[in-house]
Amino acid sequence: MPKVSEFIKYHGKPVREVYLDHENSGWVPPEVVEAMLPYFNQKGYGHPSITNLPGWEAYEVVESTLEEVSKTINARGGELILTHSGTEANNLAIIGGALARGKERNKIITSAIEHVSVLFPARSLEEHGYRVVTVPVDKEGFVDPDLLSMLIDHETLMVSIQMVNHEIGTIQDIKTLVETVKDKNDKIIFHTDAVDAYGRMKIDVEELGVDLLTLSSHKIHGPKGIGILYAREDVKLKPVMHGALSTQRMWPGVENTPALAGFKKAVELAFSNFDYNIEKMKKLRDRLMHGILENVPDVLLNGPMGEKRAPDNLNVSFLYVEGESITVELSLRGIYVSSGSACTSRVLEPSHVILAIGRKHEEAHGSILFKVSRYQTEEDIEYVLSQIPPAIEKLRIMSPLARESRIALKKTVEA
Amino acid sequence: MSTRTPLIYTPKILELFRNPKNLGRMEDASVSSQAGSPACGDVITIYLKINGDKIIDASFESYGCAANIAAASIITEMVKNKTLKEAWDITWEDVTNELGGLPSIKYHCSILAVGGLKRAIRRYFEEVRKEHPEWLPRDLSKEERQALEEEELIERLYRKYGTVP
Repeated sequence: MPKVSEFIKYHGKPVREVYLDHENSGWVPPEVVEAMLPYFNQKGYGHPSITNLPGWEAYEVVESTLEEVSKTINARGGELILTHSGTEANNLAIIGGALARGKERNKIITSAIEHVSVLFPARSLEEHGYRVVTVPVDKEGFVDPDLLSMLIDHETLMVSIQMVNHEIGTIQDIKTLVETVKDKNDKIIFHTDAVDAYGRMKIDVEELGVDLLTLSSHKIHGPKGIGILYAREDVKLKPVMHGALSTQRMWPGVENTPALAGFKKAVELAFSNFDYNIEKMKKLRDRLMHGILENVPDVLLNGPMGEKRAPDNLNVSFLYVEGESITVELSLRGIYVSSGSACTSRVLEPSHVILAIGRKHEEAHGSILFKVSRYQTEEDIEYVLSQIPPAIEKLRIMSPLARESRIALKKTVEA
Repeated sequence: MSTRTPLIYTPKILELFRNPKNLGRMEDASVSSQAGSPACGDVITIYLKINGDKIIDASFESYGCAANIAAASIITEMVKNKTLKEAWDITWEDVTNELGGLPSIKYHCSILAVGGLKRAIRRYFEEVRKEHPEWLPRDLSKEERQALEEEELIERLYRKYGTVP
């Protein structure tokens, strides 16, 4: 295995950098880092369950962060369970939610495009006698409420459908989907993974009627290592991890106080000037989208356009080129994105999301996910747009598929 | 995006990715071959210009990841001025070593490059020279088989997803 340090040295630091991979993890602004610093060694460095001053100070961070977050989703502080990542919160929702209900009902319904931190825990329950049923999505990633309704029966225990798809930005009509489920049987638990909705659209748990909802800190410019599961007061869960001494009823381990202080700050920043922030993301995203679609031939937009797409999300497939080489080529130009290509896994299967909306394998291999941030400027986007056409062209010059398609096109035109 | 492995490349791979050697279709090639499939996300085309028993020029095209591009480029460098027999004896480990190493998950890139090369050599004897030298095995080599397996794998994937390529 080559050494990554040598690679980084050879790659070099680009003069201009634009980070558009906020889906996978994010950049943390200085205000957030500053809010974290005192909690490493000046105050609150204790254990929040212990009766000494640094412990009480730590607990104060836990309590005030959960209060701050609960206000933003119209929940009560006691309804939020702290975990150490969005993945952990999703695992607690699916596994903890299922185990708390016994086995008289054993069917779990998810959409075909859920994040793997929902799909994999659900699948893990199959070994324990549960059944997982997947509801397909349409070409833009939407779940049809009528189709969902057809799948619900007296054995259905739980439905988990994300609020915003992490790859293609599809905003599901969660309120309607919850009503569909509860109309059939109000005992069914409805979980929604809202990590890619939080901070980018209004979330009101009362209005949505959901039982469980997942949030994550690093998706909104907070530090990594904090996930939250909203669990409505009367929803029963069983802990999936076991340990001692925590202020959290469902999650053991010492609370990550500095990260919580940072998350609290990130929440404040995301929700002050909320509407302005959303408009800004939309504007940057739209400019990026139109710039790419107008200046690069043979590009497919993955996911919906308009109001039903998350304001920060853009996902396109560049035909005849492979996504991993696009990410490397753009990285050399200081533009950081990710791909749904299979090239990072030997199983040769590209993104299940892109395949679920009916794209072919080769279309999924060329898919690139962009997520803009409110911290970016129009100049950043213009720089990206100046680099994408030559980057794609460079790779297409290498590609036998691009050449073959040009020959085929020429023949069609001539005929 | 079910599994993600950190993909760490060598400076050599990045250098070949940035400035690939021997890139592009060769109009006057003696023989060409393709290995891989678009649905798998990697295709390598190899072009060889042969004089007598010697490869005097080689070029490539690639649809694939950075390692795929680098492997295809380096193998065209490695075969130049080699006899067909010498070129046949290049192994995927030789290609990997020439690149300064590959993450194990990317070994198939050098296997595919060697598979493409061997296919071209076999094709040259079968279709152009119409003779069979003693050193050329009748059975497919490991790398040719692997390329074929990858191409067939996608058929299975399509069956699994219920669509036809």
